[in-house]
Amino acid sequence: MAFDSLTAFVVMEGHGPYVWTCYGVFFLLLGALVFWSLHQRRQVMAAQRRELSRTGRDQSSTSRPVATASFSRVNDSQD
Amino acid sequence: MWQFFHKLGSPKWFFGIANRLMPWLMWGGVVLLFAGLIWGLAFAPKDYLQGNSYRIIFIHVPSAFLAQSVYIMMAVAAVVTLVWRMKLADVFVKAAAPVGAVLTFLALFTGAVWGKPTWGTWWIWDARLTSMLILLFLYFGVIALGAAISDEKSSARAVAVLVLVGVVNIPIIKYSVEWWNTLHQPATFKLTEKPAMPMEMWVPLLLSVLGLYLIFGWFACLRMQTEILVRERRTRWVKALVQAEES
Amino acid sequence: MHPIRKKRLIIVLFLLAGIAVAVGLTTYALRQNINLFYDPSQIVAGEAPVDVRIRAGGMVEEGSVLRDPESLKVEFKVTDFNSSVLVEYTGILPDLFAEGQGVVAMGRMTDNGRFVADQVLAKHDENYMPPEVAEALERASGGKHKAVDGNSTGAGY
Repeated sequence: MAFDSLTAFVVMEGHGPYVWTCYGVFFLLLGALVFWSLHQRRQVMAAQRRELSRTGRDQSSTSRPVATASFSRVNDSQD
Repeated sequence: MWQFFHKLGSPKWFFGIANRLMPWLMWGGVVLLFAGLIWGLAFAPKDYLQGNSYRIIFIHVPSAFLAQSVYIMMAVAAVVTLVWRMKLADVFVKAAAPVGAVLTFLALFTGAVWGKPTWGTWWIWDARLTSMLILLFLYFGVIALGAAISDEKSSARAVAVLVLVGVVNIPIIKYSVEWWNTLHQPATFKLTEKPAMPMEMWVPLLLSVLGLYLIFGWFACLRMQTEILVRERRTRWVKALVQAEES
Repeated sequence: MHPIRKKRLIIVLFLLAGIAVAVGLTTYALRQNINLFYDPSQIVAGEAPVDVRIRAGGMVEEGSVLRDPESLKVEFKVTDFNSSVLVEYTGILPDLFAEGQGVVAMGRMTDNGRFVADQVLAKHDENYMPPEVAEALERASGGKHKAVDGNSTGAGY
């Protein structure tokens, strides 16, 4: 340990406020980014689920053609 | 080689790989980053000149390093978008840009807070600081342009061109401290030369850079998956996936 | 590679080369404005304008710092080991300010060749080391440091 006590660690010979501000903002922003990314993911999944249950009600007529149509769309994605 | 390249273009294949990679990236990144930061904050010796304020380096340098690396990766992806029209490359650019913007902001912010006690000023218009600010605006531009064009193909091309135009800024950032007189000092963390600091400072710095790389990998995987879910929502495999998660 | 892709790749490479050349020429044309400061040799050679706010940067010469006991006024020489410039400043200096340390001063050149600064910033290098190591280095190279100083003051303005 480079410091004699916990107080010395926090104070850092007067540079504490600068150092701790940086580390605080670093973790705050990265944490917010993690939260935001996971939240976006959950929202997309929820929207898809709603969409699916809505089309699922009249499924017999629609679900089949949609699936084949989109399959070809994946294949021509390169050019 | 080419087969692998074509497989990489398949969103479904990527989705599965990302699922398997993500736990490793996240936990590996968290372990490395925390090891580096705790070592740097509490155990590394203080600097003879700056005292303890230099401990900001352990987040400043990883953020700045990643901010530039992410942009280079985006530029490579932009070339792939323009030449091979690979959709996943565009997905990567859109997924990575916000992460890069946050990292650039962090580099600027921690630099400003560090500059106050050491240089005596928060901000100065020197070549290194200004080119880094331009990088932040480039990231904003990429995000805004991607959001402004709704057509998937034209959006991909426009964004790719913008990313490529901006890539000239990267060598300017890197060499600004050598080409011009700047207040900012030359690089401490060098990959090719002997580092300008002793091992007990350099190793924690290396650990936090590697840790942040892995965490960026996790962000990229997660955000690319989300983007794929939106773009491929009409495909059978995504529908199956959504249903599977429901039950 | 597919011929169309090859063509696209060539277009992309040309695009990149074009932008690089354009930016390179612009920065080359603006290089004096991009430099943050004039170094003492440039100032002594008369490249820096008089009575316009400029920045001067270099090392604080060892043994040149004179503090006024009555006020915050301080005088020191800034050197690049070829030439040196006398700087006058009133105010609080940054923590890192010391003899042998890099500084950037903002202010104006006066007619009599003095630089009157209104702000002084400390510049440090990329080397970090623990205090004990720095002390050991200092002891080991103590004699050498003095010799360099002697030379630089000798070659002063």
